Parts: sequence; C-alpha cells; structure tokens
Amino acid sequence: MKSIRRRAIGALVLATAGATLLAACGSDSGGRSSGAAGSTSKTVTLVSHDSFAASKSVLAEFTKETGYTVKVLRGGDAGAAVNQAILTKDHPRGDVFFGVDNTLLSRALSNGLFDPYTAKDLGQIPPDVQLDAGRHRVTPIDSGDVCVNYDRAYFTAHKLQPPQTFADLVKPAYKNLLVTENVSTSSPGLAFLLGSVATYGDSGASAGWQAYWKQLKKNGVEVVDSWEQAYNERFSGSAAGKKAKGDRPLVVSYASSPPAEVVGVSPEPAQSPTGVSTGTCFRQIEFAGLLHGAKNVAGGKALIDFMISKTFQEDMPLQMYVDPVRKGATEPAVFTKYGAKIDHPTTLAPEKIAAERDNWVKAWNSIVL
Amino acid sequence: MALPLAFFAVFFAYPVVSIVGRGLHQGGSWQLGRIGDVLGDGTIRHVLWFTCWQAAASTALTLVVALPGAYVFARLDFPGKRLLRAVVTVPFVLPTVVAGTAFLALVGRNGFTDQLLGFRLDTSVWAILIAHVFFNYAVVVRTVGGLWAQLDPRQEEAARMLGAGRFTAWRRVTLPALGPSVAAAALMVFLFTFTSFGVIQILGGPTYSTLEVEIYRQTAELLDLPTAAVLTLLQLVAVAAILGVHAWTVRRREATLRLVDAGTTAHRPRGGERGLLAGVLAVIALLILLPLGVLVARSLDVPGGYGFGYYRALTSADASGGTFLVAPLQTVWNSLRYAAVATVIALLIGGLAATALVRKAGRVLRGFDALLMLPLGTSAVTVGFGFLITLDKPPLDLRDSWLLVPLAQALVGVPFVVRVMLPVLRAVDDRLREAAAVLGASPPRVWREVELPFVGRALGIAAGFAFAVSLGEFGATVFIARPDSPTLPVAVARLLGRAGATTYGQALALSTILMLVCAASLLILENLRTTTDSSGEF
Repeated sequence: MKSIRRRAIGALVLATAGATLLAACGSDSGGRSSGAAGSTSKTVTLVSHDSFAASKSVLAEFTKETGYTVKVLRGGDAGAAVNQAILTKDHPRGDVFFGVDNTLLSRALSNGLFDPYTAKDLGQIPPDVQLDAGRHRVTPIDSGDVCVNYDRAYFTAHKLQPPQTFADLVKPAYKNLLVTENVSTSSPGLAFLLGSVATYGDSGASAGWQAYWKQLKKNGVEVVDSWEQAYNERFSGSAAGKKAKGDRPLVVSYASSPPAEVVGVSPEPAQSPTGVSTGTCFRQIEFAGLLHGAKNVAGGKALIDFMISKTFQEDMPLQMYVDPVRKGATEPAVFTKYGAKIDHPTTLAPEKIAAERDNWVKAWNSIVL
Repeated sequence: MALPLAFFAVFFAYPVVSIVGRGLHQGGSWQLGRIGDVLGDGTIRHVLWFTCWQAAASTALTLVVALPGAYVFARLDFPGKRLLRAVVTVPFVLPTVVAGTAFLALVGRNGFTDQLLGFRLDTSVWAILIAHVFFNYAVVVRTVGGLWAQLDPRQEEAARMLGAGRFTAWRRVTLPALGPSVAAAALMVFLFTFTSFGVIQILGGPTYSTLEVEIYRQTAELLDLPTAAVLTLLQLVAVAAILGVHAWTVRRREATLRLVDAGTTAHRPRGGERGLLAGVLAVIALLILLPLGVLVARSLDVPGGYGFGYYRALTSADASGGTFLVAPLQTVWNSLRYAAVATVIALLIGGLAATALVRKAGRVLRGFDALLMLPLGTSAVTVGFGFLITLDKPPLDLRDSWLLVPLAQALVGVPFVVRVMLPVLRAVDDRLREAAAVLGASPPRVWREVELPFVGRALGIAAGFAFAVSLGEFGATVFIARPDSPTLPVAVARLLGRAGATTYGQALALSTILMLVCAASLLILENLRTTTDSSGEF
C-alpha cells in the first residue's frame, strides 16, 4: 500500500505544471489513493510547535479562498515538535509541518520528512533564505534574530554604553551582567552559541569560540535552563523580570522582544524599555514543508502557498514575533518603531550545524557548566 | 481484574515498550551494547546518584514536616480546616513553572528571605528539597491523615488506661495502624521526587539533573532514542525495586483496623496540642500560603496599581496575540471536562483493581499492585511519545481523539486511587463480608452495603487526588493536547513562552484561576464525601 501511495504522490508531483489547477483536482486523487478512511475532507492539518500563532481572521481568509479549514496540532517546543514529526513520519499526524529552523533542518531533511513542493509565489522569497533551493522540500516562512537584549534604564543609570558586539560582552565593564540559556535545553541558547562559533570560528579548545566562552565565563555569564527563566525571572529589563526583581541587565533573547514589551502598554512609550545589541545576532529561519504521506496533499500545498502570501506574512510579526520573508511584506508600525534593524546577522550552514552540534554542545558543557 | 489489566496493557505497557523497543532495536538488530555505554558514562552515573539521594532526602524532609500536619488535620477541629486542606493541595497541581516562580519569590534572589533574613537558596540543593516539601505536603496530609481520622481513638485511650504513657500508647497502637498509609505516602513522595522534572529545572539551575530531565533531553531535544531507552529502563528498574521493597515491608504490617466515622474523631485542641496546631499553621503559612500569595499578588499587579486587567485580558482570543484560537479563559472549561472524565476512568479502573487486589491476594496479583504504580515512575515524555507512535492505527487510532488526554491523565490518577483505597479496603474486617455473604447477599450487594460505607471517604479522597492530578497534568498532555482545546497548564506554559507584559500577566492570572478551580473542586469533593459518610452509617 505504501508503494501505491508513493507512486500516486509521484504522479501528482509530475503533474504539477500548473499549481493552481492541481490544487483544485489534486485533493481527490491524493486523498483516495492514500487509502486512509474518510480523508478527502475539507480540513488541512498543520503540525507545529507551541509558538505557532495566526489571527482568526487570517485563517478564515484561507478558508474563504480555498475552501479548506486549517486544524493546528501543536507539540511542545521547536525541537520536540520536529522530533515528534520524525518519529511519526510513517504515519504523519497532518499534512504540513511548520517550524523546523536552520538549526534542525538537516535532521528533518535527512529523515525524509518532506515531499518536494515548489510554492506558488516562491519568486517573492529572497534566495538567501532558501536553504533547500535545489530541491524545494521546505519553503522559508519567517526569520528571526537571536540577540542580546539590554535594559535601557540600567545603562542610563550607570552612565554606561550598552554592549553592541560579541567582543564587548567580555569587557570588564560588563562583568556579571549577562544571563543566557543552557544550549542543550533552549533554542535561543543554542543560537547564541552558534553565533559565537560563526564569529570566532571552530579551532580547538584553546582558540576560537571555546576561548571566547572561557572569557565569557570569567566575565560572570550566568546560565539558566530556559528562555522563560532568563527573560521572565533574571532579566531586569522585561516587564516580568521587573516583577520578579531580576538583576541581570543583559539577556539572550530575540531582536523582536523590544516591540513585544510595548504591545498593549498605554500610553505608548517613546521607546521600548529594552534594546538590542545588534552585533550579537544569529539568524534563525523557519520553514514549512509538505509532510511525506500527507492525506490532504492538495490542501497542504494550498496552505504552504498561503503561508507565503502577503496576508499571512503581514499577520505573522505580531502573532509570532518574527519577520516576514516575503519581499514587500510590510511590518507593523510597532516593529519599525521599536524594533532594531539587524544588517549583518551571523549564520551557519545547516549541514555544518548538523555535523558539529553535538560536539559543540559537549565542549560548551565542559567549559561553562 | 480484566479491565484494569487491559487498560494498563494498552495505555501504558504497549506505548512504553514500543518506544523503548524503537530505541534499542535499530537497523534490524538489538543494540544492547548501548546499555553498557550509557551505564559506563560518568555523567549518567552522576545523574543517577543525584536522583536517588535527593529523592531520599526530599521524602524524609517531607515526612518530618508534613506528619504533624497529618495529625492536626485528622484529629483536631479548628475553623477553616476544610478550606485549608484544599489550599495545601494546590501546589501539588500547579504547573511547576508557575509554582517554581512563586517559590523563587520566597527563597530566591531578592526574595522574601533574602531581604528579610539575608539568605537565599536558589540554584542550591536546599531550594530543591524545600520545594519538594512544598509540592508534596498534601500527599502526606491527605494519605496519612485520611486514615488517621478514621482510626478509633478509644483504642489508644484504652492503652493509656492500662498504664501506657502517651507516647508509648501512640507508638504501640496508632503507629502500627498508620504504618501502611505512611509507607504509601512516603512511596508516592519518593516516586514524585525521584522523577522530578520542573523543580529541578527551575530551582536547580543547569548543573543539577535527574534521570527524568535527562530522558526528556535525550528524547525531545536530541532524539537520541537509544540513550533515552536505556535511561527509561534504568528508571523503571529503580522504581520497580522501590515498589518491591515497599510491598515487602507493608505486607507484614497490614492489619484489620477498627474504622469509625471521621467526623467523630476530631476534637478541639487542648493543652500541648494548641502549640502543635500553631506550629503546623505557621509552617503552612510560610511554606505554602506565602508563595501562593505572591503569585496572586503579581497577577493583580498591573501597570499603574492593582487591578483585574490581566484577568479581563483572558476573556478574548485576540488579547493574547492569537496564541489561542479561543479565549484563554475557555481553557478552564476544557480542563474541567478532561479532568472529570479522567477521574471517572481512574476511579473505575483503580477501584476495580483495588477490590480485586483485596479479594484475591495471590502472589501474581500482588505483583500487579506494584505494576499499577509504574506509570508514576515513568517519564511523561516516554508515555507521550509512546502514545503518538502506537495508538495511531485502527482499531485504536486515538491520536486525534479528545479521549487521549483524559486517558493519559487517568494513567497518573489510577495509582493514587489504588494507593488510597487499598489500606482502607484491607482494613475492612473480612468477617463482615463473610457474614453478609452467608446471610445471602450477592457480591455487588456485599460491596454496596458493607464496603462502600467504609470506603466512601477513601473514594472521595481518591477522586480528589485523581481530579487534581488530572487538572495539573502537563508532561504528557502537552504532547497530545488538542489544538482547539488546550488545557489550563498547557495554556499557562504557552503564555509564559512569549515576551511582553500582558502575556506574562495573563499567565499569572490563569495560574491563579487554576489554583482557585483546584481548591474549589477539592472543597466540593470534601463535601460530597461527608454526605457519603453519613449516609453510610445506617
């Protein structure tokens, strides 16, 4: 039965000259040949992580355009969600998976999680975020930068310039100010480590990033297990951290955290209470892909098309605090007013990350913990 | 017996065996060499050692702190007793993320003790131990106190009349009767602390790790299933060993007890008991009420003063930035429904199992008794992932069914029901049953007219536990919770994962609501219980 399903999907993919046409007639053949009971429904299932969010009105818009209703299944944080998808790949829970980022991309691709699909408006996505451009197994949906955030009030009160780069963080002036996350349990923690690898290189225990982290440790970096703890408990700049009397004015978080701090605050402040150290950023790109063995292939394709449409892309920033990848998608005012523009984020190839991550994490553990 | 056995096999053994099998059987052959590799790893051995000793220390500390509480709640009458008993159970069901946060406000940096007394305990072993007492206080108070309240005080009085001192009378008469339930409580606390996850992560910092934390990391983050499988087996072996020792010690001490209505045994405190009561109340105020109070205060602490702003924000789906497709407040209703179904399942399965265990206490069945406890000692991520890979094809394609959530929750509830019911059921005098049977009563009638009146109270306690555990269950639910109907703890976690003043405030407000819902449910259950008791007196 599996081979029949594969062949059917293969035939469908071959016939994908006109994607629009396919979306109309493909749902029937895709559904029937998969052999699953009652699967030609008008529902398309999106499997994602806990942070997935979209406006009700935008999802309704998708239903109006295509006739499909989206059902969202969430499963833990990004890492856990990807791993669940890999575990259930012979019998996937849905049609589209969203939320695999460049740090996990190789694991998902080498496990054969996705079937290729060239999204309709792919031409509107800049090539530098298309990390599977040759084969189109995944489509970029959003990007976000993991950066050090600072508490403006602290640095004003102490008449100190906030740090801007990785190199600044090890200066004596910033001793005992930074809190970051455990790289083995937190994705921003890992991204920050990857940023330091991209900046200083991987050249053994006495040079490169390892030497950098030894300095960081000497300069009093504090490590906690999760972003929630770092940002909500230890950081003195966030609303939550103020309540919890956090006393670290520097935290590893996101470039979009400062806008988040002013959403819902009235009257609108002149600037966010927190700022971004723009030279400390690592870029994460999140992808969506058509799950291999999906029951509603046509619906899944329609959903991926929709996710890079202007409607969805412009809804994302305030829903998930990420940046749209589509050219010409405008960001909400709160982003442009309170956010930071990151011109030169660091990044690493997914294959390099996949090959070395375990070694880096091990080395990091022995240096920092 | 068949039903509990089938339930256990399908919803626990099969998923767990499958996921462990997937880890150890890769590339067409068994990877048993991995067992040696993992056990030989110094880090893992260190984790195992820490897991064991912190659990032992936490259990001992919890017993020391909570046993006086059990006495006070069982034997003394004081105003607000029922409310307080419900309140001390709240930490037990709060999401650890939230309770941990509240706890840090007590002993953490710039916390209560730091500012007042100049010491703080965050990222130390002490914080972990004390937090474990905070979380498990109710387990001891409810399990031990439940039986204690039903012991006939006249037996101890008789011993004293015959010349025994106060302490001797207690040691010779009451303590042996309480033995099994103290052991049961200690066992549960040990299991909870042995498999501690959230507390370790929040209060211990990244340098402390338990087996449970390690299994989660290996499964959910690293997808190293072979290592996770070995660790899961290790944890199961350890838990089975604990259960074995427990069964062995308890069996020799179990006795038929003279049980009376709990309403008649409590009395106003007199003499030294007043001091004891004051001490217990002080401990509860400091250890439990204070952290919970901090949580409530923070949920009301809106920009520009105190108010219900965060609570109002819970009533609309849009205010939380679309994290939910429903208003967060609706998760309260979801949770209540799931927990109610889970409680019914747990009472049915657990009740049947406990009855069968008492009726036919053969060697095989005794083993089953221990077996039913295993879900408590198994990592939630193992069960959750196991569900996903096993219950996914007809005839049991439950992955998309709402029933999966209460089933997973019931799995954790059943052991409580069995543990709470067993001592009471065993204490029922067999001669009463036999007499009824000889007089011609059918087995169901014997159960209804002889056993039910005695077990009514235990049933209430068991239901309370099962309900509370289901309300607070997070570990397994987070992997299987339905998209459109997240449970309360899942919603709290999701809100905490986002930056911004409003979402954090909403998380605190929702936690406070969870706390109130839990306390209210327990109060209602306690009242139901009293009705059962009095109706059982004829």
